[in-house]
Amino acid sequence: MRYLQEQEIRDIANGSAILGTGGGGDPYLGTLAAIAAIKEFGPPAILEVSELADDALVAFPFIVGSPVPGVEKFPFGLELVRAFRMLEGQLGRRITAVMSAEIGGANSMIPMSLGARVGLPVVDGDLIGRAFPEIQLTTLTLHGLHASPFALADEHGNGVVLNVIDNFWAERIARAISIEFGAICVGIAYPISGAQAKTATLHGTVSYAGSIGRSLREAKAGKLDLVGAVLDATGGVVLFRGNIVDVRRQTQRGWAVGEAKISGSEVFAGSTLSVRFQNENLVAVRDGTTVASVPDLITIVDAETGAAITTENLRYGFRVAVIGIACEPIWRTPAGLALAGPQHWGYENEYVPIEPHCRTAARN
Amino acid sequence: MRIGIDVGGTNTDAVLVEGMEVLASHKTPTTADVGSGIISALENIFRKGSSRPDQISAVMIGTTHFTNAVVERRRLLKSAAIRIALPATQALPPMIDWPSDLREAIGNHVYLVHGGYEFDGREISALDDKEIREVAADLKRKNIRSAALTSVFAPVNGKMEERAAEILREEIPGIYVSLSSEIGRIGLLERENATIMNACLQELAITVVRSFRDALNRLEITAPFYISQNDGTLMSSVYAEKYPILTFASGPTNSMRGAAFLSGAQEGVVVDIGGTTSDVGALAHGFPREASAEVEIADVRTNFRMPDLLSFGLGGGSIIRQANSHMTIGPDSVGYELTEKALIFGGDTLTTTDIAVAAGQLDLGDRRKVARLSPELIKSALAQIHHMVEASIDRMKTSAEPIPVILVGGGSVLISKPIAGASEIRKPEHYAVANAIGAAIAQVGGEVDRVFMLEGSSRDEALASAKREAISKAVDAGALADTVKVVDVEEVPLTYLPSNSIRVRIKAVGDLAMS
Repeated sequence: MRYLQEQEIRDIANGSAILGTGGGGDPYLGTLAAIAAIKEFGPPAILEVSELADDALVAFPFIVGSPVPGVEKFPFGLELVRAFRMLEGQLGRRITAVMSAEIGGANSMIPMSLGARVGLPVVDGDLIGRAFPEIQLTTLTLHGLHASPFALADEHGNGVVLNVIDNFWAERIARAISIEFGAICVGIAYPISGAQAKTATLHGTVSYAGSIGRSLREAKAGKLDLVGAVLDATGGVVLFRGNIVDVRRQTQRGWAVGEAKISGSEVFAGSTLSVRFQNENLVAVRDGTTVASVPDLITIVDAETGAAITTENLRYGFRVAVIGIACEPIWRTPAGLALAGPQHWGYENEYVPIEPHCRTAARN
Repeated sequence: MRIGIDVGGTNTDAVLVEGMEVLASHKTPTTADVGSGIISALENIFRKGSSRPDQISAVMIGTTHFTNAVVERRRLLKSAAIRIALPATQALPPMIDWPSDLREAIGNHVYLVHGGYEFDGREISALDDKEIREVAADLKRKNIRSAALTSVFAPVNGKMEERAAEILREEIPGIYVSLSSEIGRIGLLERENATIMNACLQELAITVVRSFRDALNRLEITAPFYISQNDGTLMSSVYAEKYPILTFASGPTNSMRGAAFLSGAQEGVVVDIGGTTSDVGALAHGFPREASAEVEIADVRTNFRMPDLLSFGLGGGSIIRQANSHMTIGPDSVGYELTEKALIFGGDTLTTTDIAVAAGQLDLGDRRKVARLSPELIKSALAQIHHMVEASIDRMKTSAEPIPVILVGGGSVLISKPIAGASEIRKPEHYAVANAIGAAIAQVGGEVDRVFMLEGSSRDEALASAKREAISKAVDAGALADTVKVVDVEEVPLTYLPSNSIRVRIKAVGDLAMS
């Protein structure tokens, strides 16, 4: 049995920031909380999806809310355990393993905190392979599996267990509840069997995030190109380099919606890239032409350190590189695009696969 | 004519500047009382520049005193970290990510009490006066005289912090209270960290600012005096007494602005070797490159916006120790006691300055006192000093290409050999007093930090009106109107309501107008 130790948790967090595509919250706080939890309760084991018994009961803890409240009122402690116990109470069964709903951003760390606190293994996989801001945007939805029963809890001890007819309602109702909880709370949902986990989840994505983080760490130690390290670990491409010249954002229905404009430098001089986001970066438009779109991954990183910059931390003047990474194949199926493609986010454009731009970008 | 003074851990530098011209400069050891070192430096520049105190229109002081106190864990006041947040935020208590020795140095007195706000201004819990009085009783029992108060979403509403401060002052007259709403921005842990560091510097701040004031009075300088903040702008001396944390990293900012001014270089790496620490930063277009990430000070994460700097414990006063065949340099330093403790001054502590003198790079003190140091020791210490500098340049560089290196600061005499990774090494004239020059050319700022309720598309109007106000505040603070520019704009959305609210923070800076 392998256990998650501090170094690996840090690597996973740094990799998950890249996979967070600007959203999912800054993993810094989640990482601190996970490390504090393993110091207090001992490290959780990590299991391959294939190691799960078919009758195992797996559930997916995550944060529900908005990033700005999350850096003031972080909900990584007893809130999590209460939601977990509430879900077990509703199911009338003991949960046997926890798994990441979303490998991108702070949510990647939540199963580590919870696993340590309740003494359960963490499964190496997730439901998205990146970050998405809505609860129904998972591979389980594509496989017809239900988010509910779904428990939500706040710091006071208030809790709600949702029973909803489909995963879209789970999103709507949980979002409304989270606002009452201060726009930030924790939830645990999608209780499934080990057998279902084997067919309907993305395998090995926790290790994948860890490999990105390790690649960054080793590149830093070897004084190598850090952006290059991210490309090597992900197979991604540099879509753009430049300075952020404007960031506008507003909060709509619980999401941070906005746009960052980047003025090109080096070979991109004279060009402008606009990155539009709704918690996560969704579409990158260069001089009027879409060069990358959701569900492919668009991540803005610091040009020097290769560290991912979350949408709430984007600021005027930062020197950045914009990296595009191909999404998990399931998101490119007709059903995947219907669920999470550009039109879902209100963009009229068709999905533009990132690959054609890879060649252009590769020359740069 | 203006005076720039830099009070470092080891040396006090002063410069007399008129327009773009440096009329006189002087470097003298920092004294334990701070003031007599300043007086000595100022008397010297008045003599060298043939000028008089009544010709001075402004005095700007930059100091690393407070940063050094935290880095060295010296003269820190035992302080309480009181977070107003329960039942929220318990998973990450105050100072969770601090180095344990710093936490010990200020006493590890952590309190979580009920209160705090939601993003939209609702209360998480009511503030419980009785709970605060209980904390006060405990502080009294433990004789803790400074407290940092941090409430969840204090930038949205600072009232609970103010009320808690009032209660603490009732219970413990004379207690120093630092409020997070006065110091930082959104981001609880980082704002709290800065507030706690501010709390532990309260007594030192009063002593240091008073010694600045007394020194200027002694010399009959009646011009106003300002203190450099981390962003390179100036604050009044009265403000600095309450918020010494705002001086953090002002030294490096001043040094880099001074280095750019003196060398004429627009791009490159600036290595500022002081008495206790070295700071390495990158110049982009003549200004320090800013860090995008949260900046760590003494290994503590804060959310101040600062130059992207790497600091490490190498300076002219760094202590060299040998154990078996292993040699360590720093991170501690004899600081202002260099002239008593270093071998060349008859002391008993081997410092990097002794090595520089023994190697013939520097003529200082009594060279005979280091004559018996073995050539191997000298060689190995020099190699280690160069290696420390090269490693830090390497970390700051953005590519493998060699780039210009600008060496500044009094400790730069330690560097005698070529530096790997440097295309050229510039030691500009007056280089040893770059910090003081950076202070002397510092500007005045005005800041607006407010919540705007937006209706429809009035974001641009809100920003424009906030910009106008920041500019006029900068002018009110003493900036020359036609030099004022908006340098920083930050918006944070606060609510989920259909009519959006944004928190706007805008900073404008301009040159200090001279009468």
